[in-house]
Amino acid sequence: MMDQTRAPLQEALLQMKQDRLVPFDVPGHKRGKGNADLTAFLGEQCLSVDVNSMKPLDNLCHPVSVIKEAEQLAAEAFGAAHAFFMVGGTTSSVQAMLLSSVKSGDEIILPRNVHQSVINALVLCGAIPVYINPQTHKRLGISLGMSMEDVRRTLAAHPGAKAIFINNPTYYGICSDLRQITKIAHEYGLRVLVDEAHGTHFSFGRNMPPSAMAAGADMAAVSMHKSGGSLTQSSLLLCSKAVNADYVRQVINLTQTTSGSYLLLSSLDISRRNLALHGPDIFEKVQRYANYARQEINSLGDYYAYGKELINGDSIFDFDTTKLSVNTLSLGLAGIEVYDLLRDEYDIQIEFGDLGNVLAYLSVGDKSKHIERLISALGEIRRRYKRDNHGMLDHEYISPEVATSPQQAFYAEKESIPLERCIGRVCSEFVMCYPPGIPILAPGERVTREIIDYIQYAQQKGCFLTGPECMDASRLNVLKGV
Amino acid sequence: MDDLWYSEHHAPGVRFSIQTSRQLHYEQSQYQHISVFDSSEFGRFLTLDGVMMLTERDEFIYHDMITHVPMAVRPDTETVLVIGAGDGGVARELSRYPTIKHIDIVEIDERVVSVCKQYLPNTACGFDDARVHLHFEDGLKFIRRVENQYDLIIVDSTDPFGPGEVLFTKEFYGNCYKALTENGIMINQHESPFYAQDAKAMKNAHRCILGIFPVSKVYQAHIPTYPSGHWLFGFASKGLHPIRDLKVEAWKSFGLHTKYYNTNLHRGAFYLPTYVEEALSEYE
Repeated sequence: MMDQTRAPLQEALLQMKQDRLVPFDVPGHKRGKGNADLTAFLGEQCLSVDVNSMKPLDNLCHPVSVIKEAEQLAAEAFGAAHAFFMVGGTTSSVQAMLLSSVKSGDEIILPRNVHQSVINALVLCGAIPVYINPQTHKRLGISLGMSMEDVRRTLAAHPGAKAIFINNPTYYGICSDLRQITKIAHEYGLRVLVDEAHGTHFSFGRNMPPSAMAAGADMAAVSMHKSGGSLTQSSLLLCSKAVNADYVRQVINLTQTTSGSYLLLSSLDISRRNLALHGPDIFEKVQRYANYARQEINSLGDYYAYGKELINGDSIFDFDTTKLSVNTLSLGLAGIEVYDLLRDEYDIQIEFGDLGNVLAYLSVGDKSKHIERLISALGEIRRRYKRDNHGMLDHEYISPEVATSPQQAFYAEKESIPLERCIGRVCSEFVMCYPPGIPILAPGERVTREIIDYIQYAQQKGCFLTGPECMDASRLNVLKGV
Repeated sequence: MDDLWYSEHHAPGVRFSIQTSRQLHYEQSQYQHISVFDSSEFGRFLTLDGVMMLTERDEFIYHDMITHVPMAVRPDTETVLVIGAGDGGVARELSRYPTIKHIDIVEIDERVVSVCKQYLPNTACGFDDARVHLHFEDGLKFIRRVENQYDLIIVDSTDPFGPGEVLFTKEFYGNCYKALTENGIMINQHESPFYAQDAKAMKNAHRCILGIFPVSKVYQAHIPTYPSGHWLFGFASKGLHPIRDLKVEAWKSFGLHTKYYNTNLHRGAFYLPTYVEEALSEYE
């Protein structure tokens, strides 16, 4: 057992300040003194530890001292063999998992409702996606976890696949049977990669679904900056003992900055300590808030704040009760409309709204009075804006037809044509609603009437569409001559 | 006597001070700091989080204006909800109307009521009336569950920072609308137009209420111990107009003697200085 009350990076930074080291290195703001406006805005304390790698502070690209120690503490806290501190967001963790597990031409099994960073990584490495259709919940219109039957069938059909990628939990809180999927995938010799961006708390909370490491997965990308409390853009990549961590480090260094921010790194260190020491209590409080809000929102009428009652033993193997996802369709309002009303009318910013749901992100930083505001504002939206719910699109998932690999499509000869005329053509770029940032179209997929209808409906409801070179998504890039 | 002064920032660079003879009480409750002082000029006074709530000397102004103005527009009021008002002053004034049948008071901090009962009996006596029912709960949570139940809602809040924050939100005012009966009236503590921070809260409250109620007017009173001394109240209703629907005779027939309020002042209180009208009209 290591001493989890320690935070080696924080200690080293404090020591550096105490030593009054004279800075003749970058950054050029010199502990903030060279940029008064920035220091006034961010605070002297913050600027004084925005420093560069140096012997007493170790080096993120090649950790041998305090970063190494901090990573070891994090690994122990998360039950991993190795942990990497990442400074390029969980996107960088996801990409490092893929780039260190599959290469050009390899098959990787994954659900289609992955984050764009996953398919981006496929563009980079040239691996071929084998999609498992995530089941869609009929009433809620959300993608679920992977069903065991689908996993078994896909493994049997693609015995040469190198890895399987699992979202656990999803943004909405849906968990797959991670232990069972991992077991079967390992029997086929696949590496198991888990996007645990929304599940940092699984490693610490009481009565939580198993974390990726606990379930025996090989690698996991963990968004410490979500439920873990660290700074935006900081993240963790966890590896089991089956993974060669030194090789993973080489892969990380292909794309990672050589000037890793000590603000981000120390935030990971301090947040890990906090979770290791207080995690169970912190997440119990979040669960209590979420359960209370769920119950109150469900008593408002029309809204459906879902929870463990969804569990079906397969594609909804478990539910993460720290999540507050609310279906809005019975109200006659799209999730995105409720999301906009909350901000524009009630000064409440929630995490996201999709076509049928909203998600409010709860954390230990919330106050009861703000939870009351959220519930009451939802009640008011119902009273003031409820309308007939005919014509609400209730289906989110569109099964993709993969025509070429994402890499081939991305780099192929292409042309830009109006959206309406894209039916039957192969798209060479992404189209996403953001958030949650799950692609409607990915490079290499065929455009269908259904997809265009979906894009236009999302636009009309006020979704923010990202991805295409043409910023308003009125035109798409498609493969030439295909 | 020692040279002890209670001081409070009314604005950055502006302080208001009262010489005090002693501090009778101090505690940190679950929600706020609660203090009670004695002074020669203002008598006993209560502060929450270092902000003046009431003094024995001038509380009559605030409590007259927050209570009798709506009662003179709807003298047939039977059911009243009061949010905040842990000192009992509003309850005391409401209790003077024999026609009121039921008064619910929702105060988030039970300690405020206990402290006032101990040190400020002149206002806390309001809680003694049998029609008064105290609920120690979050005001927003309480009102969320109520529909079409009160003829009058009085929002006697602290400032919109700290525990009073939720009582200045659109969702709160909207839930008040829902909780009111057909000809219902909502009166709220509306901050002050003078110092920038108070004026911002005033404008924001007006914006939120305008979005919910068909009638939203603002009236004023002179309260020496509040920042700038110039204080505002909001009058919002589902239709009744504060001046056109004023029932002078009906109110007079109650035979109440009031030290600040009278029906002439009632009309005058709705005539606002130009800069206040202009600030409020930004959202109208």
